[in-house]
Amino acid sequence: MNSNKKDKLFQWIAGIVLTLGGIMFVLPFIWMILSSFKTESEVILIPPTLWPQGFTFENYKNLFENMNFAVYLKNTLIIVLFAFFGMFLNAMAGFGFAKYNFKGKDGIFFMVLATMMIPSQVTMIPVYLILNKMNLTNTMLGIVLPGLVGAFGIFLFRQFMTTIPDEIIEATRLDGASEFRTFVQIILPVSKPILAVQAILAFIGGWNSFLWPLIMANDEKLYTLSVGLSLLKSQYGGNFALQMAGATFMVMPIIIIFIIFQKNIIENYTTSGLK
Amino acid sequence: MKGFTSRKAPYLFIAPAIILLTVFSLLPIFVALFISFTDMDLAGLADYSNLSFVGIKNYINVLSDPVFLKAIFNTLFYVIIGVPLVILTSLGVALLINLGKSKLFKVFRVVFYLPSVTNVVAVAVVWAYLYNPAFGLFNYILESMNLSAIPWLTEPTVAKISLILMALWRAVGLNMIIFIAALQGIPRSYYEAAELDGANTWQQITAITLPMLRFAIFFVSITTMIGWLQFFEEPFIMTKGGPLDGTMSAALFIYKNGFQLSNFGYAAAGSFVLFIAVIAVTLVQYKVQNKESDY
Repeated sequence: MNSNKKDKLFQWIAGIVLTLGGIMFVLPFIWMILSSFKTESEVILIPPTLWPQGFTFENYKNLFENMNFAVYLKNTLIIVLFAFFGMFLNAMAGFGFAKYNFKGKDGIFFMVLATMMIPSQVTMIPVYLILNKMNLTNTMLGIVLPGLVGAFGIFLFRQFMTTIPDEIIEATRLDGASEFRTFVQIILPVSKPILAVQAILAFIGGWNSFLWPLIMANDEKLYTLSVGLSLLKSQYGGNFALQMAGATFMVMPIIIIFIIFQKNIIENYTTSGLK
Repeated sequence: MKGFTSRKAPYLFIAPAIILLTVFSLLPIFVALFISFTDMDLAGLADYSNLSFVGIKNYINVLSDPVFLKAIFNTLFYVIIGVPLVILTSLGVALLINLGKSKLFKVFRVVFYLPSVTNVVAVAVVWAYLYNPAFGLFNYILESMNLSAIPWLTEPTVAKISLILMALWRAVGLNMIIFIAALQGIPRSYYEAAELDGANTWQQITAITLPMLRFAIFFVSITTMIGWLQFFEEPFIMTKGGPLDGTMSAALFIYKNGFQLSNFGYAAAGSFVLFIAVIAVTLVQYKVQNKESDY
């Protein structure tokens, strides 16, 4: 009886603490969204208004009409497409490591995992020099190549594909299908759960890409939304409403996608077995 | 023979990824090591004949550069304050969410995870506005509670803490999920046995939960520490490393010297110092972890 009462009290305290923390966690987003619909003169009012008094879309119109956000958006979407292609390459490599025995397999796989240890600051300068040597600076290819494949993605695909029964592959081989067709028509459909998670992560990663576009792009025609927004912050430092509109435009698609797919993303970690 | 024959197949499957990883992850290590012993700059980039070996001069210079030393100090500050904060906060949130019995607690997972998927640049822009000394929400709230305003980004030490708070806000989500996953892996029977012996919730947490979470805590502290050692976007967007280099991180120092001042050789030497630090930290943590799990 007593312990039951205690437990109820504890549930309430946990709920209240989490609610207060949760409010603090979403507060920056709420403030960002509300401010993006205010006028520039309203965002610097003291005391600040909570709800926009002169509700306006002017800031968003400004982003596209007076700034180059349409170009940034196009570049960002191109990078997202490349990220999906990179995911396909990761899946191929994961399949190679999961379902074949070949000379040097363990050594090469260890090397792949070792690349996870390398901080990006160490490779930043040499990769720039290498891309410069390949005449790829200030090109879209130069922006996407360095981050196209990743050891962690390869690792996760390998882990998943090892669990696919060999019999399925053998059966398609007997039917005379080529290895590549087996991969595309049998392995990929079976790997849907991991593909779904990786696709979401690839989208988020591509949408958020910042460092390589920042380093490689010399002019605005190759800027992504992130780089464009950081430029906006340094050029229009005082225009907070405009900045908040830019930030909202970047953050909202991700929040919406995340809320739709949160089950897949969160469950992925829960089931990938970090115990 | 169509397409991939089965003997060549595995090599063809892994080739694209392996080539890219070699060119953009492994080869760069050697290139970085090489150029850290040269005076590579824009002239050297245009024509390699302008390149000359300078021995360990870059390393000597970078280790006596007051800005670099300050960046190292700041980076240590980020690690020493930031890592425990991230672990305590995300573990605390994970425990509370995990102990909750109502469905409502699942909503909290999403709420606390949200900041970690959003864009660093956008988030930094928003927080810079919240931190603004004149028009920011934070100082307004403080003043309306009759507290004095805080110089969030204008005083070197406070600015470091402000950046840590923002990064903490972004870091909690992912680590919380890792902890929740680990918590759900603890067999329920352990708690039932403890309950029979009359252990209360707090005793159960300290005697069962925390020891069982050792690996998760280790994993989170390693990844968080490596993350803080590479702290870059937040100071880059919000403070540009200022005030008075007070928020300059090692990563930002390397970026500035490499891409804004084009001292590639010098920056590469700095990046190698950082690399050695990352390896050392990982090894020490690993040793500590091994020792702890001996018994």
